Amino acid sequence: MKENRTGTLLQICWTFMKISPVTFGGGFAMMPLMQKEIVDKRKWMSEEEIVDAFALGQSAPGSVGVNSSAFIGYRIAGLKGALAATVGMMTPTFFIVIVLSLLFLTVRDHDFVEAAFRGIRPAVVALIVYAAITAAKSSILDKSTFGLVVIALFLLIVFHAHPIVLIFAGMISGVAIHRVKRKRKNVSACKSQSEGKAD
Amino acid sequence: MLLDLFLTFLLIGFVSFGGGYAIIPMIQLEVERHGWMTSQELIDVIAVAGMSPGPIATNTAVFIGFHVAGFWGGATAALAMTLPSVLIVLLLASFFYKINEAPVVQSAFYGMRPIITALIIFAAFSFAQSNGLLAFTKDSLIGGLLFLLCLLALLKYKWHPMLVIVVAGGLGILLY
Repeated sequence: MKENRTGTLLQICWTFMKISPVTFGGGFAMMPLMQKEIVDKRKWMSEEEIVDAFALGQSAPGSVGVNSSAFIGYRIAGLKGALAATVGMMTPTFFIVIVLSLLFLTVRDHDFVEAAFRGIRPAVVALIVYAAITAAKSSILDKSTFGLVVIALFLLIVFHAHPIVLIFAGMISGVAIHRVKRKRKNVSACKSQSEGKAD
Repeated sequence: MLLDLFLTFLLIGFVSFGGGYAIIPMIQLEVERHGWMTSQELIDVIAVAGMSPGPIATNTAVFIGFHVAGFWGGATAALAMTLPSVLIVLLLASFFYKINEAPVVQSAFYGMRPIITALIIFAAFSFAQSNGLLAFTKDSLIGGLLFLLCLLALLKYKWHPMLVIVVAGGLGILLY
């Protein structure tokens, strides 16, 4: 593959450019398309590797779509591959958004548009609530995690706590909670089944 | 101005766990602190960003950057939002299997996810408030009804978010 290096990079970039404009509604919507382009057509990776790429894309900050693309590009052609994939993913959507911004700024004061946005604003709030419900399902697993949600909300509303501080505090609490639970489990194991579960 | 945009979105980019709407409260906070946009402008921008292809948070950042400093503002915001996550992915890529399974990482995520949930709930609450959905006027009642209808369409009928926005826009034109 060495002599065909630039060709591969261009192919990577072009493949992701084709996927990018279709990624409406977040990263996971593009997973089937990625499988089609990268597994079936180009045979760059196996299906399991794509799933792994998405798992990794999810555990890093940022958009799942861009992250998994960078990872896939890296797997195919190293650092340059990652760069090619990212550029491929970013370029089309960036220009679409720029054009939309221009349009939006020019038509915003139109009565028609204003009316549409008065309908859309409650819809956006509904979308955010929907996202909250989805997030709650995968994050509130027990009493401790429920407690964390309540405490974080309290700190946000009453003390206007900064989200970044809360995120790091949450990570530390997660590690601490698991440590306490493990200790408790060990203690109760030593006592030899005198009690049931701790949680 | 560009440097300010770059640093602000770089910081947001580093902690934008959870994707999409989880980052909105952070963006909202920074936008208000810098006085880049009003809350109503921001919610409109989020709506348009959600209708565009690509990640909502990055799209929103591009919109804000463009609004504040034109084309290069948009480009700066896009670069700043993407740079941290791609760097982190590349770091993780070299030792992915080991790190993702480490108990400490699992625990950190276990504690971080509820915070993300709280952030999203807070975002919904503050947008509802700043757009008059929580007041008791005729307008807010109609808005509240629209909100409930949209939520029902999403939860019960699994409508695509884009469809919800388009239908709500149509209803808005009919109603107002």
